[in-house]
Amino acid sequence: MTSALTTHDGQPLHKSLARALRREKLRSLLLIAPLLAFVLVTFVFPIADMLFRSVENSIVPDTLPGTTRTIQSWDATGDELPSEEVYTSLADDLLLAQELKIHTRLGSRLNYDQPGIASTFRKSGRQVRKLDASAHLDSFSEFNKEWGTPSAWADIKTHALWPTAFPASSIAFNNWTRYIISDEGDDADLSSMTPYGTVYSALFYDVQKFNDDQWSQLTASSSAVSHLFTGLKDQLPNFPSANYKEQFLDIDDGWGEIDNWRTIHRLSPRMVDSYYWASIDRERTVEGVEHKPANERIYVKLFIRTFVMSMVITVSCILLGYPIAYLLATLPTRTSNLLLILVLLPFWTSLLVRTSAWKVLLQQQGVINDILVWARIIGDDGRLALINNITGTIITMTHILLPFMILPLFSVMKTISPSYVRAAKSMGATDWTAFRRVYFPNTIPGIGAGSILVFILSIGYYITPELVGGTSGVFISNRIAYHISSSLNWGLAAALGSILLASVLILYWAYDKVVGIDNVKLG
Amino acid sequence: MSALPPYASTSQRIWHYTFRYGICGAIFVFLITPILVIIPLSFNAQDFFTFTEAMLRLDPEGFSTKHYQDFFTNNDWQLALKNSFKIAPMATILATAFGTLAAIGLSQAHVPARRAIMAILISPMIVPLIISAAGMYFFYSRINLQGYWSVVLAHAVLGTPFVIITVTATLVGFDKSLTRAAASLGATPIRTFFKVQMPLIIPGVVSGALFAFITSFDEVVVVLFLGSAKTKTLPWQMFTGLREQISPTILAVATIMIAISIVLLTVLELLRRRSERLRGITAT
Repeated sequence: MTSALTTHDGQPLHKSLARALRREKLRSLLLIAPLLAFVLVTFVFPIADMLFRSVENSIVPDTLPGTTRTIQSWDATGDELPSEEVYTSLADDLLLAQELKIHTRLGSRLNYDQPGIASTFRKSGRQVRKLDASAHLDSFSEFNKEWGTPSAWADIKTHALWPTAFPASSIAFNNWTRYIISDEGDDADLSSMTPYGTVYSALFYDVQKFNDDQWSQLTASSSAVSHLFTGLKDQLPNFPSANYKEQFLDIDDGWGEIDNWRTIHRLSPRMVDSYYWASIDRERTVEGVEHKPANERIYVKLFIRTFVMSMVITVSCILLGYPIAYLLATLPTRTSNLLLILVLLPFWTSLLVRTSAWKVLLQQQGVINDILVWARIIGDDGRLALINNITGTIITMTHILLPFMILPLFSVMKTISPSYVRAAKSMGATDWTAFRRVYFPNTIPGIGAGSILVFILSIGYYITPELVGGTSGVFISNRIAYHISSSLNWGLAAALGSILLASVLILYWAYDKVVGIDNVKLG
Repeated sequence: MSALPPYASTSQRIWHYTFRYGICGAIFVFLITPILVIIPLSFNAQDFFTFTEAMLRLDPEGFSTKHYQDFFTNNDWQLALKNSFKIAPMATILATAFGTLAAIGLSQAHVPARRAIMAILISPMIVPLIISAAGMYFFYSRINLQGYWSVVLAHAVLGTPFVIITVTATLVGFDKSLTRAAASLGATPIRTFFKVQMPLIIPGVVSGALFAFITSFDEVVVVLFLGSAKTKTLPWQMFTGLREQISPTILAVATIMIAISIVLLTVLELLRRRSERLRGITAT
């Protein structure tokens, strides 16, 4: 008789082992969990949330709930201005927006895509209260006095067709409610008030779109609102059409410009791609995606500059780091440990200290220019501009990132046995051939690791270019910082940031493939 | 390369010395000069950023400690110094505690999704600081946590990758049979951890902590975004000083910070030697 192996408590061995393995996995996860949660909550989530701003566009539909709905039926490719209905909802939306003082914020948002529109919004915000909105309020009240009473609206709101058959007026009514609460406080008695005129104008457009079925439902004798709607259909042709379009055109010419309307139309959805097009110097127009005017194209150039400068810095680091790493790897340990301190000291010195040191060295009245003048290499009037330009950024960043190249190169070179080169030479290779064919290929993993590291760090740099780069030596990071803290165009900052982050993550992935994250060495 | 063989030809000799003293010497000068130049300049008696003639003549008149006096009496700098020393240790403690635990967890034999977890935990080191800072800026203002604690938490998260890397590196050389031996002699897992594992990985923990400290102590982008005039740190003060009116006091501060890094570097080097010695004994 054969029996399965069991542990002392009678469990089959394989079960017991599986349990032990499960427990071990659980224990390791429990140890990792606190940090993982910490990093996810305070790092990964905030970044994801920030990057989401690059597509997020709620401000437009939230501030103009009515207009973003009515403008959908407008043909944005044509040459006609939107219909009177769209201007009606604009009047209604703006009334609330200026009461809440959010119309200028919306203006600045739209201004990113359509320069000039902000002033149209500012101006209209001041004037919108003066609009004459009485046309439909009067017509409805003349048709039936009941329409001018608060109870009419209370009744309509309880009807089964509210809000489906009343898309425009339900939005307008809601705007009016918010307006009153903002104006009079939370304890405003809404049930004793009748809405202002633009709500009636919205209703006018809703009523015109009722179908026969809806008419019969509203006028049915069982309906609580039958007295309001019975006979209304026949009277509608006698109602005047709204005249908001004319009034808006009087307030500001911007409302007669079709491009402004196209912008509102394009930015109506809750999520838009406009920031991404802007960050590659393009914009969406009715004819499709187009280049921006030549004098507004800056980001592609800035991205290219960031990449090219990072590449130059990486190559300089290889050129300067390779000899040093080679020297350190071939000297006796005692000497190389001493020299290693010369590499580690800059590595450990504060970034700002090194940047200020270079600022002192490189400026026009600085140490380097003084030495060159003293040595009569240049004249006193020919002092070199070494700072606040590309040169300054490249010199300083090469110095700052050089240790990140030397250290991985050094650790790779240390593992190359000197007998390889000796063997090559014993077979007749010259020094150069032995280096080129034997030693150098062995150091390529080190070059790869160092280069990716330096490149990743360099394309995201902010502080050093900000301090020594002037205007020509800045990176994309500086532009992102500008949009976050000065221009407050957070959406564009997020879009630029997403592109930057995507390139870094691709390189990070490559680094993981080439070196392995586990093998990162520090000092 | 290490030594020139006696049979080396003249051209080999020339190349050898050119390489060693010419090329490498020049690069070392490039590496170290900026740091060394700062030190004498910080004792400049004038408010210049270059050597005055009196300094070059080694005339005592040309030197003074007035920039240091300014640093120690100026309220702005003192507040910044105090804040730096209030923020960095707290961030270091958090980063080291979380990071060490996670590193021990990650070095176990069977960790599910190890690669993915590692990639997430190391990412604070890789993501450009401007993006991290922007994300944190919106995050902390949304949860309404501003000032001291937001900076501490932000710095802690930026410091953890360094702790993980250094502690994991010490754990790679850790001989598992030591814990088994301890267990077979009747030690509980907790006792084993404190009596056997901890003493061996402590150099890694401490050097990770030093990295976390210097990360926080040297960090400026996040402070610029999250901090206010009340929570300004030394780098914050230096950054604004460098951008606006550059005052020679910065050079005195820089010299003090160089001294701090030399101390840290020495501690780190001693730890590395100790760790190598300890691991030399335990290597199988």
